[in-house]
Amino acid sequence: MSSSKRITKELTDCTNHPPPNISISLPSDSNISLWHITLSAPAESIYHPGKFGLIVQFPVEYPFKPPQITFATRIYHPNITNESNGSICLSLLKTDNWKPSTKIVTVLEAIRQLLVEPQPDDPLETRIAEQYKNERKEFEKEAKAYVNKYAKGSVKFNTADAAGSSTTGGEGAP
Amino acid sequence: MDTDDEFMSTVSSEEDMLPDDSDNDISGDDDFGFDDEPDPDLDIQHDIGQTKRAPYDVKFTVHQPQDIQQQQDVLVDEVNMILNISKEEAAILLRHFRWNKERLLEDYMDNHDKVLEAAGLSQATAGPPKLEVIPGFCCDICCEEEEGLQSFALKCGHRFCVDCYRHYLGQKIREEGEAARIQCPAEGCNIIIDARSLDLLVTAELTERYHKLLNRTYVEDKETLKWCPAPDCQNAIECGIKKKDLTRIVPTVSCLCSHRFCFGCILNDHQPAPCELVKKWLKKCADDSETANWISANTKECPKCNSTIEKNGGCNHMTCRKCKHEFCWMCMGLWSEHGTSWYNCNRFEEKSGLDARDAQAKSRVSLERYLHYYNRYANHEQSARLDKDLYAKTEKKMVQLQKESGMSWIEVQYLSSASMALQTCRQTLMWTYAFAFYLARNNLTTIFEDNQKDLELAVESLSEMFEKPVNELADSRLKVDIMDKTSYCNKRRIILLDDTARNLAEGKWIFNVEFSNPTPIGGPSSRK
Repeated sequence: MSSSKRITKELTDCTNHPPPNISISLPSDSNISLWHITLSAPAESIYHPGKFGLIVQFPVEYPFKPPQITFATRIYHPNITNESNGSICLSLLKTDNWKPSTKIVTVLEAIRQLLVEPQPDDPLETRIAEQYKNERKEFEKEAKAYVNKYAKGSVKFNTADAAGSSTTGGEGAP
Repeated sequence: MDTDDEFMSTVSSEEDMLPDDSDNDISGDDDFGFDDEPDPDLDIQHDIGQTKRAPYDVKFTVHQPQDIQQQQDVLVDEVNMILNISKEEAAILLRHFRWNKERLLEDYMDNHDKVLEAAGLSQATAGPPKLEVIPGFCCDICCEEEEGLQSFALKCGHRFCVDCYRHYLGQKIREEGEAARIQCPAEGCNIIIDARSLDLLVTAELTERYHKLLNRTYVEDKETLKWCPAPDCQNAIECGIKKKDLTRIVPTVSCLCSHRFCFGCILNDHQPAPCELVKKWLKKCADDSETANWISANTKECPKCNSTIEKNGGCNHMTCRKCKHEFCWMCMGLWSEHGTSWYNCNRFEEKSGLDARDAQAKSRVSLERYLHYYNRYANHEQSARLDKDLYAKTEKKMVQLQKESGMSWIEVQYLSSASMALQTCRQTLMWTYAFAFYLARNNLTTIFEDNQKDLELAVESLSEMFEKPVNELADSRLKVDIMDKTSYCNKRRIILLDDTARNLAEGKWIFNVEFSNPTPIGGPSSRK
């Protein structure tokens, strides 16, 4: 299948030239379309020194359909849903905007950048976005509290959540 | 093609058609009080531009699929010649400018680099699109690099293998319904794929769908064009009425498929009520707000803790379950003030209960008022729905009548005219009630209600005649009666629409609700 060739190539590229702050592992050797990412918040972001787990699920139609990416680690952020399985709002990942030539590295870098610069005008969590805009101090306090509570120590990819996300990600599969 | 004539023929058949310049008829009719109206009527007719157009009538054109295609071709050819660019590029530019040729030309002359870039066109010149085999090529999408792999690139030079390109285009066209703005698959590249390149890449079936979608965007992009909403109808209607005109006119148009709808909001014909009132009315009818009205009309609030109480029996001595407050249900006053006149409140003038009673009464009146209009509206709506089957029934009746009376098909046509008149008049009547609900009380409203009443009486009596069994219909006197009544109904409808449209255009109606975008008083300037 064409998608496995593409994913293998992207995986090789990422392993040979690992993007900064990002490490990749495969939870299962037999399934190349499910990736576990560990994202270390860059030093200039308020989430530093948190480490965040991301689950990447490549759909069967990849790269014609965008990959599904969720946060496995809870995070207090205007563009990421505040729950154990955090969805991300990123225009790059919307079906209308997705380009088949976009590489996963680009997406991961965009997510890393989202930690540095939240986009409160395009929020998933309106309350957090409001706070980010109007009460930055409060926001930072809360975000740091989340980092201390959830994003310290070794990153956990809750398997139950991962399974949940893979079923949603695998839509259209026989 | 101008379809005014078609439009009129669906309103009324030729014999009962009222001349459009029916001013004399109306003002000559003393019963309806048109005498007190000032004279600017004639000005309105001038404003609307055509001497023969009635004030409730708008100018529109029906375009069939081949017309729509041809219009695009003409514009593309013009731009193609003036700017000396390929037809495909001209089409992309026109779509970018929403088919506003003048603006395109102006902006292009101003700064053609900027225009080309914004529209997703490359300035690079290249020959006709072709598939190529490039040695050492590796497709960036599927990472395939076998020898002899066919590849394609738009003018931007981003090259992908043919299979990936096909898959990409197929998904965009078939799944996402995209056509006019399909970009090059390369990340961050906004070059738009042109029709010629597309034809080269995909199957005939997809090409057909692609062109259908392009046609659709043409109609959707142009403010003056709208699709006929009737199922399976492929025509589009062109009409110059703008959104801001909608407080002054109700632009009912009629498609060649005989569907009559409002150009402003695409709903079925709702003359004489303007779009905004229609929206408000439909929302009101669908809303639960009326449940709230029921509650306030049938329940009372405890004067102390405001809990809602429905009295379901028993005496007037109420003790609130929540706060134990004791009061009289009749006057809402304190029970302790009632003295010895238990169970018989005679203290109606007591101040403590007056305010509570006022609020109750108001709510009840407003509910009753709403129900008055709603019931009549719903009644005509239902009848109009039943009348939809009526057409089939009418045809049967006509055949039967032909057999029994020996009349010819032409001679029984009067039944079809009657059925048509019934439907259109009921449709109008239905909306007169929604319209009246929002009217403030004044002289104009009284005239309106008289017109409404006359139309309603005429419609009901025609309806009754029409329902008569076939053996009675064969009576030639009844035939004449039905023909007369049909003609009368159509006349009454036109008089009503004429009056409402005229006053609407002049901004004379006073509504008991605010319009969200009131047009400034001072004549329908927008209609010039």
